[in-house]
Amino acid sequence: MAGRNRGYALYLIPGVLASLLVIVVPLVMTVYVSFTKWTGVGDPRWVGFDNYTRLFGDTLFWQSFGNIGLLVFAMAIIPTLLGLVLAAVLFDYVGKKFGDRWAGLFRSGYYLPQVIPVAVTGIIWSWILHPSYGALNRILEAVGLGGLAKNWLGDPDYALYSVMLVMIWFQIGYPVVMFMSGLSRIDPSLYEAADLDGATWWQRFRKITVHMIRPEFYVVLITTTIAALKIFGQVFVLTKGGPSNSTLVPSYFAYKNFFEKAQVGYGSAISTVLTVLIVALAFLFLRLQHRSEELR
Amino acid sequence: MTVVKEAPPAVSQQAPSALRHRNPLRWAVLVALLVLLLLLVGPLLVIAVNAVKSPADYAANGPLSIPGSLYWDGIVDFWNRVNFGQKLLNSFVTALVVAVLGVVLSILNAYALGIGRVKGRVWFLVFFLVANLLPQEVLVYPLYYISKEVGLYDSLFAIIIIFTVIQSAFGTYLLTSVYTEFPRELLDAASVDGAGKWRTLWRVVVPVSGPTLAVLFTFFFIWTWNEFFLPLVFLVSNDNQTVPVALGVLQGDRMMDATTTSASALIGILPAILFFLIFQRTLTRGIAAGAIK
Repeated sequence: MAGRNRGYALYLIPGVLASLLVIVVPLVMTVYVSFTKWTGVGDPRWVGFDNYTRLFGDTLFWQSFGNIGLLVFAMAIIPTLLGLVLAAVLFDYVGKKFGDRWAGLFRSGYYLPQVIPVAVTGIIWSWILHPSYGALNRILEAVGLGGLAKNWLGDPDYALYSVMLVMIWFQIGYPVVMFMSGLSRIDPSLYEAADLDGATWWQRFRKITVHMIRPEFYVVLITTTIAALKIFGQVFVLTKGGPSNSTLVPSYFAYKNFFEKAQVGYGSAISTVLTVLIVALAFLFLRLQHRSEELR
Repeated sequence: MTVVKEAPPAVSQQAPSALRHRNPLRWAVLVALLVLLLLLVGPLLVIAVNAVKSPADYAANGPLSIPGSLYWDGIVDFWNRVNFGQKLLNSFVTALVVAVLGVVLSILNAYALGIGRVKGRVWFLVFFLVANLLPQEVLVYPLYYISKEVGLYDSLFAIIIIFTVIQSAFGTYLLTSVYTEFPRELLDAASVDGAGKWRTLWRVVVPVSGPTLAVLFTFFFIWTWNEFFLPLVFLVSNDNQTVPVALGVLQGDRMMDATTTSASALIGILPAILFFLIFQRTLTRGIAAGAIK
């Protein structure tokens, strides 16, 4: 048995070497640099926990994590809940009353924003939300609601909410596709039995639908949360973190320190904190998934 | 059991006529879903409409009017100005090579972990999962530094190597669980026929897992195509940029008016929609299967 396994271990060599080069070494370097002061040229100077103490006293750091909290709401919580209802309606109502083609059509349409490159998503919306020539304000004026027109991305009071709206638009299709595919696992006789027992749609939704797609539910919630924590492209294109840092997120905060301010040590501390958070979530995800598999 | 079996015909005979008359809810649901669909697809339609509108037409009639005549100059000018053909080629080559290499690397890893059940496989899997989930910010500066040292900065090679590893980390995680359940009889039959591990992998394991590999290839291709952060950092010169980087960087350009912006967005959307139409079946089936496994 041991001999048999040794032969297979050879196949791991390319993957392990490549991961060492691209993942492990850079990761270790960043963590090391986070304990130094370094501009990117010359030798890093060891400063211990200075970057971290500075970070936790930095209002921008707390603001960027506060913004991420709202973005998790927009990218994970709302799409997951809305996606759950949409998937159930499409699968259990539209699919049965109008046919699977209709359900499939809606599913593809809702998923469409997901296939567009995030940078292009940013371009589309920064145009639609543009204060002077943007489509949204022009539409509001056209229907007599010109008073509601705003500088959606340029006003610190509205910029983050505008970005949140864009992210809901972008994200909604993913849970719909995931949940619908989970629902296709369900034995139709479960629903038929519930019908015969006189269950209402809401009861079937709660007792069968939600129960059956619990594995997908965890996956969607965790992957979308991690995606929200990592958000960069849309913020870069839409607002560059502004105005007055109202849409600053950790990844953009780190990027600015790396490539605009030449504070590589500080940027490394930011990305290390973000990484710890994401890895902790990943382990939570593994545990939840493991437990839900045991329950099945 | 018999009751359950009889139920479907009873429902389907009754439901259509009964519901059509009694249930306005049926149409309310459909209308609500259509409104949502319009909200989601609407922005893309608005882009398409304005990309083929002349600036004068836009100034006179605004963003929502149907263009008086089709105006292609905005798209053509933008295409030439950014040398978009080159960007498309860069994106295509990068995504294709990453998808192929990423699938190959995933196969090798998963063969050792899923079928070979190499010692410590759980830890390898945890490692590969974490590698895929890591924020790229934590890798970017050292990768930027190393690539400059070895002369790979501002080259598609650097991007290809990095994304091959990142994508194959996900591929390994997914494919290993597929290979763990690989039918042992097939492997035994191959070894009875005298096939070694290498032959068994390419003659038996790979062909049998073809559908999963197609899903992985599709994912890797589209993910790599859409990547923005690392290409933004690495591909600084104009000739090396990929589509998202070229468009994203131009966004701040003062020269962009409403119709040019639409034109640029449209030519960024079209390849994505094309891939979506080509790969739709694989994608919608694979997304869920991929994540759950």
